[in-house]
Amino acid sequence: MAFIPHTPEDIAHMLNVIGVSSIDDLFDEIPADLRAGVLDVPAPLSEMLVGRLMADRAALDGRPLNFIGAGAYEHHIPAPVWAIATRGEFYSAYTPYQAEASQGTLQLIYEYQSMMCALTGMEVSNASLYDGASALAEACLMAVRSNRHSKSRRILVPRTVNPTYTRVAQTIAGNQDISFVPVDFDRSAGRLGVEALEAHAGQDFTALVVQQPNFFGSMEEVDALTDWAHRNNILVIAVVNPTSLALLKPPAAWGADGVSGADIVCGEGQALGVPLASGGPYFGFMATRMQYVRQMPGRIVGRTVDVEGRPGFSLTLQAREQHIRRSKATSNICTNQGLMVTAATIYMSLLGPRGLAAVAQASMQRTADLVAALTQVAGVKKAFTAPHFHEAVLLLDRPPAEILAALSQRGILGGLDLSERYPELGHALVVCATETKLDADIEAYRAALADAMGDARDHAKRNRS
Amino acid sequence: MTELKMREPLIFELSKAGRGAPTQFPPLERSAVQVPAHLRRSAPPTLPEVSELQVVRHYTRLSQMNFSIDTHFYPLGSCTMKYNPKACNTYAMLPEFLGRHPLGPEPQGFLACMYELQEMLQEITGMTAVSLTPMAGAQGEFAGVAMIRAYHRARHDAARTEIIVPQAAHGTNPATATMCGFIVKEIPCDANGDVDIEALQAAVSPATAGIMLTNPSTLGVFERKIVQIARIVHEAGGLLYYDGANLNAILGKVRPGDMGFDVIHMNLHKTFSTPHGGGGPGSGAVGVSARLKPFLPLPIVGKDGARYRWLTERDLPQSIGRLSGFMGNAGVNLRAYIYMRLLGREGMVRVAEFAALNANYLMKRLQGLGFEAAYPQRRASHEFIITLKQENKAYHVSAMDVAKRLLDYGFHAPTTYFPLLVPECLLIEPTETEAKEDLDRFCDAMASIREEMRHDPEKLTSAPHTMPVRRLDDVRAAKQLDLIWNATAGG
Repeated sequence: MAFIPHTPEDIAHMLNVIGVSSIDDLFDEIPADLRAGVLDVPAPLSEMLVGRLMADRAALDGRPLNFIGAGAYEHHIPAPVWAIATRGEFYSAYTPYQAEASQGTLQLIYEYQSMMCALTGMEVSNASLYDGASALAEACLMAVRSNRHSKSRRILVPRTVNPTYTRVAQTIAGNQDISFVPVDFDRSAGRLGVEALEAHAGQDFTALVVQQPNFFGSMEEVDALTDWAHRNNILVIAVVNPTSLALLKPPAAWGADGVSGADIVCGEGQALGVPLASGGPYFGFMATRMQYVRQMPGRIVGRTVDVEGRPGFSLTLQAREQHIRRSKATSNICTNQGLMVTAATIYMSLLGPRGLAAVAQASMQRTADLVAALTQVAGVKKAFTAPHFHEAVLLLDRPPAEILAALSQRGILGGLDLSERYPELGHALVVCATETKLDADIEAYRAALADAMGDARDHAKRNRS
Repeated sequence: MTELKMREPLIFELSKAGRGAPTQFPPLERSAVQVPAHLRRSAPPTLPEVSELQVVRHYTRLSQMNFSIDTHFYPLGSCTMKYNPKACNTYAMLPEFLGRHPLGPEPQGFLACMYELQEMLQEITGMTAVSLTPMAGAQGEFAGVAMIRAYHRARHDAARTEIIVPQAAHGTNPATATMCGFIVKEIPCDANGDVDIEALQAAVSPATAGIMLTNPSTLGVFERKIVQIARIVHEAGGLLYYDGANLNAILGKVRPGDMGFDVIHMNLHKTFSTPHGGGGPGSGAVGVSARLKPFLPLPIVGKDGARYRWLTERDLPQSIGRLSGFMGNAGVNLRAYIYMRLLGREGMVRVAEFAALNANYLMKRLQGLGFEAAYPQRRASHEFIITLKQENKAYHVSAMDVAKRLLDYGFHAPTTYFPLLVPECLLIEPTETEAKEDLDRFCDAMASIREEMRHDPEKLTSAPHTMPVRRLDDVRAAKQLDLIWNATAGG
């Protein structure tokens, strides 16, 4: 019996102690007419056969050369990261409620919180949230609780923010009468202009969301945007890429004076040692100013002392949470993404400030190389003028869907088609290259794109004649 | 347990400027591009600078300061800490699965697994359709209650503003109802642990949107009047929400759909044995009856002929929307799928059978040692409650003291002080994967703790004695917040 250790003698002895004659008697409180029949699910498989099945399924999906980013980034993951994260002592432990028997997990989370504050410049971080998109939703709810100047529950969300994040925020926060007001972007620069915000000046808004780098990969003028929001009593929610923070100004320093800063910082942590894995599990991070710590959702670990005065770690500020506050909690969230945080903490320790900066710099360089190579192909040009980090938008002279399908046939994932999300951009696609892409990979993409574009042009020509 | 007594400095305290793990750094052949000066950071972040061996040793040592299923019996009630089979991790981490970008072409191998997982979960729960996208139990709850709201709205029944929650419910239930914009109405349970039917009848009205129930309840007993409850709520125009926290107790024995539930969430990290990972990731798949199907959260895996594809807003225009950046905790779902294929039809039923056998055996044995069961006249489900109110009165020891002392005996503590209704309680869930010998060792420890209560209660009130730290000052932790390492404060 799979994973059940009982021998017939054990069963007989245990039933005798309980005072029943069969296991079935243990279910005698369930009304007879509710009892289930035989389940229509497959018969058990041995581990060997399951292994074979999964290997076959995996082989169907193959290992294409990936140039998609758009919220999930392919970076090198050092071998120690998952070798340690999958140790049973981390992998099969529960939330550290019994602090004395969970000091390993608790100290690791304290180190994680410290590292996220080092990257963002903020004063406090939580122990993580589900993912980047839901972290933005929670940040919006938190902004409503935190901004005492605002009664409107309206949040400005520029269209340069990942559109899926905006939709998730709508799903999660929309039931609490929070509304999201879109702001258009500068079509030539590919970033948000303060001019677009001026139309909203003087009105009551709770928060402005600023994504840096934005969904197009462009760098926003974060200082001007932050100062505009604060002049209008609007909180700034920063959505940031943690890799980029090794090079970019930390959100705590946003604003022309260098200290004004974003109020709530959140984002997707996947880039820090978590595999792409079809979209999850990843983890969301959140950091803020000390003054808002009691409005922050999710677990928080603090350092304290034990009865002998020795330092130790425990979950703290639990009065915010659902198991204490029930219907008045800051959020219904119980878990963090503990295992992903374990991986990320090991990743950041291995890379350190120099390694992470090297990953960021190499990714930025590789994307620049990719854009330079691809724009040599006839019918391909760069969409925007703003400086970009490790993603950029390209414009094709024909619909990206057919070109991406042709590239996929050649084993290349060529980017994300933007024509449904941003129809006004025309035939746009956003591409990404990280440090994992070598010269040969970029050349393979260029050659395949030239092929695909050429084929498409020939095809169109034939159809015309 | 000697390894648990060790101490380990913070990783920052091991750091030295100029040290690192350079094999992990990408080569920088050229760097022609630069971040514009006004967007650049002025000083590098204070991440640790340590060697690869230092990192490996530090985090390996931290891991050894944890209790886990792999190392200890972990009878944490309501959390279903059963064995997490290694195969589930190994095969979910095949390079093709790990390397796949979520926005690439629809992967037929992965989607086949997810489609079959949806189908198996439907069959096991008796629901019509399943979405795997919620990333944890609490998000599954949110999706479920949001669907109830969307359903009433679609029928222009805007007066339904209340969700009924029994007092014994997990704290997430009322928190979720509030997040979905509902008013929470709590109702009591009777002396036998069942919902108070009179209170329910008094609570339902044209304002009732639905009720959130766990069955077996958090009191560790099966809700015997479930059919009657379903009738009362349905006749009032409300829907029934099933909190799947305790699904392990009834797997293959009775299906929530057959009990009359309209929507359920499942904790795949409990019943289907995906790892708890020190507090996540979980996965909170939701299942619905036919009338809620149009409102399911996206994406869902569909099948056209032999081809699998994502269903989107085009297929389900009334969907409550998306809950995650991509498709939820895909890798967790893959582990649950592998677990279910290993167990199969026969294995699933045995989960509930042996979870119940272990729980009822342990309850009887502890009663035999003099401990008081909270509901002695009832069968235990997969878990049961011991109340220490007598011991508290006689020896001035608390449930917390017993919990901490158990750590010294090498057992993770049961859940304490939950449910809130039972004074000085321990909620004990052994799960089906524990052997009789381990249950007996736990009983030996409880017997010995019982002796200590009488003769040396100080042993309990000052426990634990063998962990890396003694009891921590939680008041100080919340008052003098120390949430991050500070270089200038010198750690």
